[in-house]
Amino acid sequence: MVELLDLINTGLFAAAIRMATPIAYAALGGMFSERVGVMNIGLEGIMLTSAFGGVAVSYYTGSAWLGVVAAVLVGGLLGLFHAIITVKYAGDQVVSGTGINILAAGFTAYMSQVIWGTRGSSDAVNSIPDLTIPVLKQIPVLGEVFGTHSPLVYLMPIITAASYYVLFKTPLGLRIRAVGEHPTAAETAGVDVVKIKYMCIILSGMLAGIGGAFLSLSHLNVFNKGMTGGRGFIAMAAMIFGKWMPFSVFGASLLFGFADALQMRLQSLGILPPQIILAIPYVLTVAILAGVVGKAKPPSDYKPYEKE
Amino acid sequence: MTSAIQMVDITKTFPGVTANDNIDFSVDKAEIHGLLGENGAGKSVLMSILYGLYKPDSGDILVDGEKVDISGPSDAMRLGIGMVHQHFMLVPSLTVVENVILGREPTVNGVTLDMERMLRDVAESCKRYKLDVDIEAPVYQLPVGVQQRVEILKALYRGADVLILDEPTSVLTPGETEELFNAVRELKADGKTVIFISHKLREVLAICDRITVLKRGKVVGTVLAAETGEGQLAEMMVGRKIVYEFTKEAECGLEPVLRLEGLECLSDRGIPALRGLDLDLCGSEILGVAGVEGNGQTELVEAVMGLRELTGGSVKLDGQDITDTQPKTRIQMGVSHIPEDRHKRAIVPDFSVLENLVLGSQRDRFTRNGVSIDFAEAKRFSTDMINDYQIATPGPETLIRYLSGGNQQRVVVAREFSRDPPVVIAAQPTRGLDVGATEYVRRKLVEMRDHGAGVLLISADLDEIWALSDRVAVIYEGSIVAVKAVDETDVQEIGLLMAGGGNE
Ligand SMILES: Nc1ncnc2c1ncn2[C@@H]1O[C@H](COP(=O)(O)OP(=O)(O)OP(=O)(O)O)[C@@H](O)[C@H]1O
Ligand SMILES: [Mg+2]
Repeated sequence: MVELLDLINTGLFAAAIRMATPIAYAALGGMFSERVGVMNIGLEGIMLTSAFGGVAVSYYTGSAWLGVVAAVLVGGLLGLFHAIITVKYAGDQVVSGTGINILAAGFTAYMSQVIWGTRGSSDAVNSIPDLTIPVLKQIPVLGEVFGTHSPLVYLMPIITAASYYVLFKTPLGLRIRAVGEHPTAAETAGVDVVKIKYMCIILSGMLAGIGGAFLSLSHLNVFNKGMTGGRGFIAMAAMIFGKWMPFSVFGASLLFGFADALQMRLQSLGILPPQIILAIPYVLTVAILAGVVGKAKPPSDYKPYEKE
Repeated sequence: MTSAIQMVDITKTFPGVTANDNIDFSVDKAEIHGLLGENGAGKSVLMSILYGLYKPDSGDILVDGEKVDISGPSDAMRLGIGMVHQHFMLVPSLTVVENVILGREPTVNGVTLDMERMLRDVAESCKRYKLDVDIEAPVYQLPVGVQQRVEILKALYRGADVLILDEPTSVLTPGETEELFNAVRELKADGKTVIFISHKLREVLAICDRITVLKRGKVVGTVLAAETGEGQLAEMMVGRKIVYEFTKEAECGLEPVLRLEGLECLSDRGIPALRGLDLDLCGSEILGVAGVEGNGQTELVEAVMGLRELTGGSVKLDGQDITDTQPKTRIQMGVSHIPEDRHKRAIVPDFSVLENLVLGSQRDRFTRNGVSIDFAEAKRFSTDMINDYQIATPGPETLIRYLSGGNQQRVVVAREFSRDPPVVIAAQPTRGLDVGATEYVRRKLVEMRDHGAGVLLISADLDEIWALSDRVAVIYEGSIVAVKAVDETDVQEIGLLMAGGGNE
């Protein structure tokens, strides 16, 4: 019992914030896509491909930041792919997203083999150094939890706030909300529905891409096969739990991040079989999706938009 | 004086129908011009051409005397033409202001929405045209009448000088209609032109300066409202006299066919909608339910049909408790339903007329060897129905979405009545129907009653309730506050009860 209580310390909370970051990026990405009526099941695959792309670029150029840029571009490209299938050709959103996931798993494993000669794990590459916030670091408890993190962690709340601002304070956001809920109304009001959809789905991929880059270039400094470990799907749960609202989505991601961090600590204790402990974040996901969110109403009906 | 709008020699055909046949139509500046015609006469098509939604096969459009090319709504808007559709084009979760400015958002620095200016501009239009709207409320919370005002505001905000209103009153209560008319008169005083489509002759006569009547895609004539009357207009539209009066001969037996006891349920928004509603429907009677829209009518119908979960009370059909049965069972037991929302509940737009006609009976009546649908029989049946109910369609295989609103409703009525049900739940059964079709549906309702059916008639149109009902029940805030025999009450008393002025 004493051991269990020992787990609850500042380190746990710092880890929770770290683990929440990739989930939150992907969840915000999912939110933008769903806000215009397109489900993005491919978040998992997009994160994975971006994580890989980031490491590959860092490996060849030696620059972790160029790796991040590459990850974002890769994410945006996959978003574009998803948009072409689901918007231009009104294809099935689940099929396209699942396709991205399967493609990502195969492609990254194969390319790892080509580049590093092993499917399991890449060579170590330059990663993004953590940032320490001088004054904050000095504050007793807060300093330990918030004082030293990856710049991508600090970027997260800024992006959340920016998302909120765009969505609720700008004409673009108004159009995004209108397009998802009632595309015909938006179109008759003079909004370019197709353009807005493309923009948001590409943005969705780019945000998930930052999430992927965080995993491989900040949290770790290697690419591992399947390293996203279902975080793309957990992100979708966080998006639903957060009711497609930026700050709530961020909050929900923190909850899932906490579960992830807790799981890792419990493992080190070895009091429960690791299989059970590993399952904690996923069980939480299922429980939340089944229970609390039972009545969450998505911002759109996911139907493809066809002009008259 | 030049006309605001001139449409010259407009022709538009669809496969199998000539919707507009060499139509000449012109509207003066600052005129309120009525457009009348039976279902499928081509009114909506003509207006869609003016608004750029359809391209005419031939013909010209002149705005302020100049020939123009309108190839889309944005062209129409630029030329100052605005349209309020039969189906509203509003985003439910956005506020009134947001809906109005969508697509033309004012900004502070090119990026941020100028909330202050939005509110100021929209509030100003509201005041100027006497459109009473809570502009910061989300649209889904507003009653239909107010949503319509939002649509009008939207058109005006986009600079409309000519406003097309396609059947604006079919969804309004009498009070809301009066308010709409005040706003329309205000628009006219401001120099705006209004084209007004309606099936209610009285309204058209009350509000319009001139009236143009269409029939089967052709213009029958244009008359001055001051120099004509309901009789002449109906004759121009249908080619014969219309009778709206029916004899009443209800006889309530001992056992009601439908007994509702203490019904309680929640609305979609989770607030109590029915609060202990009691009502008995006898055989051989038409029981009108009068009430201001939003007092539980929708939920009442859903409760009877098994489409809404009850939190209390029971539904009995012929003495048998059917509270916990499925809608399917109720239909099989003989409860027929003409829903108020045709598109959501009554038809499948992408099914053919034939499929829509057999829908619901496909399991028993049109099944061969217990599995497959007997299409030969279904075809025979639908051809009969198309003839009996005079449904204007190129054929039974045509998708129902291509029929005019009135003809869609005829399909629904034909399907429901063909089952010879002992109980008919008719919610706004003549909404959007022309005078001929309205007369037809009403006569059919009376016929059902004469055959012994109990008809529950929910209507926002007091005239309709008065014309048909044997008894009138008044619904107010989710319960029945009074039930009266029609010859023992009058419109004033019912109106007072509807407004919550119970005499207890
Ligand atoms: N998109 C379409 N495709 C095929 N036929 C159509 C289409 N739109 C309208 N029609 C046909 O054109 C005719 C005129 O239809 P319209 O909608 O103008 O009638 P309406 O006068 O508005 O009738 P209502 O009073 O019932 O609304 C109808 O026969 C209808 O079936
Ligand atoms: Mg019409």
